[in-house]
Amino acid sequence: MSISTLAMNLSARVVPMQWQIKAAHLAQKTLDRIGLAAKIPEFVESPLPDVSTLAIEDIDVSNPFLWRQGLWGSYFKRLRDEQPVHFQKNSPFGPFWSVTRFDDILFVDKHHELFSAEPIITLGDQPAGLAIETFIAMDPPKHDKQRQAVQNVVAPKNLKEMESLIRQRTQEVLDNLPVDQPFDWVSSVSIELTARMLATLLDFPYEQRRKLVYWSDVAAASPETTGGQVERDEFFPVVAEVAQAFSQLWRDKAARQNAGEEPGFDIISLMLNNEDTKDLIHRPMEFLGNLALLIVGGNDTTRNSMTGGVLALNKFPQEFDKLKSNPALIPNMVSEIIRWQTPLAYMRRVAKVDVELNGATIRKGDKVVMWYASGNRDERAIDNPDDFIIDRKGARNHLSFGFGVHRCMGNRLAEMQLRILWEELLERFDRIEVQGEPEYVQSNFVRGYTSMMVKVSNKNRS
Amino acid sequence: MGRMTFIEHDGTRHEVEIEADKSLMQHAADNMVPGIDADCGGECACGTCHVIVDHQWFAKTGAINGNEKQMLEMTPEGAPTSRLACQIEVTDALDGLVVHLPEFQM
Ligand code: HEM
Ligand code: FES
Repeated sequence: MSISTLAMNLSARVVPMQWQIKAAHLAQKTLDRIGLAAKIPEFVESPLPDVSTLAIEDIDVSNPFLWRQGLWGSYFKRLRDEQPVHFQKNSPFGPFWSVTRFDDILFVDKHHELFSAEPIITLGDQPAGLAIETFIAMDPPKHDKQRQAVQNVVAPKNLKEMESLIRQRTQEVLDNLPVDQPFDWVSSVSIELTARMLATLLDFPYEQRRKLVYWSDVAAASPETTGGQVERDEFFPVVAEVAQAFSQLWRDKAARQNAGEEPGFDIISLMLNNEDTKDLIHRPMEFLGNLALLIVGGNDTTRNSMTGGVLALNKFPQEFDKLKSNPALIPNMVSEIIRWQTPLAYMRRVAKVDVELNGATIRKGDKVVMWYASGNRDERAIDNPDDFIIDRKGARNHLSFGFGVHRCMGNRLAEMQLRILWEELLERFDRIEVQGEPEYVQSNFVRGYTSMMVKVSNKNRS
Repeated sequence: MGRMTFIEHDGTRHEVEIEADKSLMQHAADNMVPGIDADCGGECACGTCHVIVDHQWFAKTGAINGNEKQMLEMTPEGAPTSRLACQIEVTDALDGLVVHLPEFQM
């Protein structure tokens, strides 16, 4: 735990969390002014070169425009073929290793005793002055304890309770879509559905649900962590707002429970009733971290799979025909969508000891990036990996959820949401046509879309 | 050759024949026993090949190493005789083995 975190935890009992965050922001601004703060990289987009023109050591896959410019496929293929464990020594995020083949990624993910998830799992570090603690970035045994405390909220038993509510909320969204005229799928379907799901998980005020999406978008997109576009002056106020809203939510729940109300199935009720987490409010950086992890983890990822699935079926139209003639393929297709999209490009580790990996010597303390996006297109592990095949054999054997102790906690929830979405879409629409090219997110971490125009036609009329 | 039985959560039974050099997970996969996903393909890294071994057979399924224990702790469906099927080596000594499938794989 850093000194500043310790100080925040100690003062948590007397000073509201959001003030402490404002103070951290001010301190950071002061450091900036006197020239002491770490430099934040600036990213200005320009066309990237064809990978075949680069020397292998100059390939920098941390570039946040690689995805947007559609070049990630060729860049990673070259690394997989020529230097599967590759070192880039001067990226804007510092030196780092890229692990690009399926089997090597699995090896790194499995061996938490060799590769630490601390202090953070993005390429760059967290914005200075704010060391939020989350179990995705903790090693065992602390990780295991914290995960066990919250995982029941997304365990299949709880999901069964939530399924009909999620279906009903999905139906409402689809029934209100404009038919035979273009609209933005990202905003009207993907974001709206994930916001509804997150509000359900947190028992968050339903009318304010889009705030959850905005907050987690900001949290995941600072330039120094992922090459995103959020300014520090936007980041800190949002964190303060989140802290305030979640503290409020927590205190309200606690008060209602003390007054005798039955605890619900939502995450805060579960945390309030678990020995390890019932005092979490007194450890603000951990409190914020755990809630932020759930909303960030469940936000971009599911949203971009909802968009990615429609895009994939438009790029591979024969698969849409296959789907319509056999809707029983939906669960298999859901796995294939999650592989094809790979919503999170990577997770980062730090070597705890020197490790030999596929011919490379990784030194203790080096950053190691497991590129799931590359492993999911590794010809050595997956047949015709660039094709989207809804009845692919072994479709579940993909890397998108990671493996080992950090394997995605929300994977069943994500699959359920996507399955419900496609079941309800097939009930209603005969065609879902993408109009033009979607717009892509600027990030080296999130493989997402900011907008995608589509036109749907009703089943019965056409 | 011996036989083993998988019992689904709803009581459906699946008998399979023991084949040499295959894990219990592979036996399930090759015989299309539903309810075992095996997302990591047998690497002890996903936890989706969880089975609950019949009490009297538990000791015969072998030792549980640290990795398996850790993955098992993460499933909310866990029971005292839980195992990951990919970590159980099948030999003729398991002739007659009975395992139960959990309601959900996590
Ligand atoms: C298609 C959708 C999703 C994808 C692709 C995805 C991907 C991932 C990945 C790659 C990891 C890290 C795995 C590793 O380090 O080995 C992870 C962890 C996690 N995810 Fe997801 N995720 C998705 C949906 C969700 C949802 C819906 C939630 C929750 C509501 C969620 C919550 C989490 C949490 C809490 C962790 C941390 C687990 C740990 O460290 O033990 N995810 N996810
Ligand atoms: S198949 Fe993944 S843990 Fe057994």
